[in-house]
Amino acid sequence: MSFAAPNDEAGIAAVIRDAYAARAPLLVQGRGTKSAMLRPVQTARTLSTRKCDGISLYSPGELVFSARAGTVVSEIETVLAGAGQQMIAEPPDLSWLSGATAQQTLGGIVATNLSGPRRIAAGAVRDHVLGVRAVNGTGETIHSGGRVLKNVTGLDLCKLLAGSHGTLAVLTEITFKVLPAPETSCSVVLHGLEPPAAVAALAAAMGSPFGVSGAAHLPPTAAARLGADQSLTLARIEDFAASVAYRGEKLCGALRDFGCAEIWPAEASCAAWASIRDAHVLPADPDQAVWRISVRPSRGPGVLAAARAAGADGYLDWAGGLLMLAGPASETLHAALTDAVRQAGGMWLVLRAPAAWRTGAAMVPAEPPPLAAITRRVKAALDPAGILNPGRIFAGV
Amino acid sequence: MISLPPPKPDVLAHREAIIAGLRHLIPGDGVIGDALRLKPYETDALAIYRQPPLAVVLPETTEQVAAVLRFCQANGVRVVPRGAGTSLSGGALPLEDAVVLGLMRMNAILDVDFADRCATVQAGVTNLAITEAVADRGFFYAPDPSSQLACMIGGNVNMNSGGAHCLKYGVTANNLLGLRVVTIDGDILDIGGAHLDAAGYDWLGLITGSEGMLVVVTEVTVRILRAAEGTRAMLAGFRSNAIAGACVADVIASGIIPVALEFMDRPAIHACEAFAGAGYPLDAAAMLIIEVEGAPAEQDFLCARLAEICRRFDPISLRVASTSEESAAIWKGRKGAFGAVGRISPDYFCMDGVIPTGRLSETLERIGEMADEADLAVCNIFHAGDGNLHPLIMFDAHDAIKFARAEKLGADILKLCVAMGGCLTGEHGVGIEKRDLMGVQFSAVELDQQRRIKSAFDPGWLLNPAKVFPLQPVS
Repeated sequence: MSFAAPNDEAGIAAVIRDAYAARAPLLVQGRGTKSAMLRPVQTARTLSTRKCDGISLYSPGELVFSARAGTVVSEIETVLAGAGQQMIAEPPDLSWLSGATAQQTLGGIVATNLSGPRRIAAGAVRDHVLGVRAVNGTGETIHSGGRVLKNVTGLDLCKLLAGSHGTLAVLTEITFKVLPAPETSCSVVLHGLEPPAAVAALAAAMGSPFGVSGAAHLPPTAAARLGADQSLTLARIEDFAASVAYRGEKLCGALRDFGCAEIWPAEASCAAWASIRDAHVLPADPDQAVWRISVRPSRGPGVLAAARAAGADGYLDWAGGLLMLAGPASETLHAALTDAVRQAGGMWLVLRAPAAWRTGAAMVPAEPPPLAAITRRVKAALDPAGILNPGRIFAGV
Repeated sequence: MISLPPPKPDVLAHREAIIAGLRHLIPGDGVIGDALRLKPYETDALAIYRQPPLAVVLPETTEQVAAVLRFCQANGVRVVPRGAGTSLSGGALPLEDAVVLGLMRMNAILDVDFADRCATVQAGVTNLAITEAVADRGFFYAPDPSSQLACMIGGNVNMNSGGAHCLKYGVTANNLLGLRVVTIDGDILDIGGAHLDAAGYDWLGLITGSEGMLVVVTEVTVRILRAAEGTRAMLAGFRSNAIAGACVADVIASGIIPVALEFMDRPAIHACEAFAGAGYPLDAAAMLIIEVEGAPAEQDFLCARLAEICRRFDPISLRVASTSEESAAIWKGRKGAFGAVGRISPDYFCMDGVIPTGRLSETLERIGEMADEADLAVCNIFHAGDGNLHPLIMFDAHDAIKFARAEKLGADILKLCVAMGGCLTGEHGVGIEKRDLMGVQFSAVELDQQRRIKSAFDPGWLLNPAKVFPLQPVS
């Protein structure tokens, strides 16, 4: 067993060249906070980006930030907050799901493309990646994109590598767009709605001109984790104080048909959205599996009902389009959930499950054969020997 | 002058058989083979380059597209996908031995879903038609390239088009949910759908901006957004490009992200004013158009803050619209910019380089010097908030010397953008125009990496050949 954590890109490239020459597969990770998701990677060698860290560029007036892959996300958020700015996609910290105490890294959040509540209004992590540097599976260093806000020069490898879970190349440095943090925020909150009515209310909120930047429904079990005794349906507004006050009132009026809404001011609203973002409202026992499901928003309540009938529980974000679910790590429940998603049209991935079970079952939906063939060819185009995180997403890829 | 690869002799020799084979697949008048009717397809919006194709096919269904691609794959025939032909980078320039696959007959809006805030349309629907289909409920499709009246969503996807409002709403890639595509093997694939996140590799992101080299897009599911309660424009004229550039930086740093932040230099102001009579300040060296949105009180608040920032830079003129008519008047000159330049110059190149916004004024200064050295007029009209420059190089294509100088100046400006820390193209694409400059931005290793990904989709390099990648390996 070997563990390498080089402190720069050249060191990472050297480790990969050596592994390529030996045809020796590598477990690629940052600080390992996402090791409980997708398929386990079993290799004798581990390559970590954790020591390849540090902020390399921050230009607030240009809305641009660069850091090496091993930089911890919380450090980046602190620096941004100091200049009144923030990461746009509001990346969640789901480290607790794997029991990790380590801090997640920038490379980890980009390689998994995990986005938070603001994704519904402002895009995913991958939408704001402006440039990457990376080392492919033969040890070649490549860059794509750059440090400017618009760039369509050549194939967009930033998007291909974002969300590729370290299976195509090892990210060494990432440049991303940032935005000013809002002056304040509030949430318009409805109580006691069932999921179908809640999602209809959230659709009305998203279809309003009031700039909603978060839209979630917490059934009673999830709402209880925020101290509420019935379900909560929340629509968030973030902007200048005068706008937040004005639009909060207008949105309450626009949602009148769904019940009597109240306004949670900034402090309560921020606390609730942090818990939603990081899935602390998820009613999950430590030994339960956790699924992340993305469907057409109006199908969210149907999938949630099917999930509950099969023994899972959870909540809806992204106006119904994201389900976070927990339940027993059983084949039956997994089959019931994946069937429900297949019927609704959408995607699922397993965020946490026992390793033995994650080796046997599919952790994401299978691709149709012609697309699966393209997946294998693109994998080979970047990692011809198949040494980077083999089998992490799909068995045999 | 740009070079194209030699045509395949066996394809040219079998021209009649290929056209007959295509007619078998596409009934009616959907296959064009006679020289006169091929003429409109010999170029796109980069009209200085012309090359009639072998034939044009105009399928009406995804299944027909699949049949055409299977046929072309089996016969080794190159394929150039085409929407409305509005590419400014020659992305749809045909080859002599290629079939142009025109998607303009696939122009149906298939589904609009306000509750889930998405619309599914065929590739040949125009950009503006999407917004028109949802506007009665107060919705819109955000990316708004200048050609939005004519350009088609399939082309927008392939070029990852931007527009004046992408500072706030993002470019095409940020506003897509799903695609139906056809591979060169004729397989029909659904990528994404109406949900936000995908599992597996981000095919949606990779295909967007791939300039027709990976697959043919036949259907697109876009996000539609509810428009804000209203918008308002303001105009500020300054004594120099540098001062206007500094004002842009202060606006961004203030925490306000305007919906649009457009920059015009003195030649552009004069050209647009002469064309549109929008009341632009002719004594200003540079001018900004800033647009905000929200309810009237929110517009007042934002415009007041922005006016306060502009005043710090000693503006020559400062005009905040108080009605939507006044906002429209401020935009009138900007929207007619290309027509305005077309009136004062027989031909022009519209460049598309991007620079870090912090280097705006030094870049503009250097472009001015380079234009003087080349004895050519250049005006600058661009999206200042994101550093996407659009220098318009004016020349007369009938003057071979000026034409050659204009081509060289264009290349030099793009090299300058890369040297400033930017890139060759922000929203027009590489196409044929910037193909031979790719080595300025990418190493040979990086270009080979991209080529291998292209090969993973299209091993025979039949889809939109001779675009994006230099024909010769980069040394």
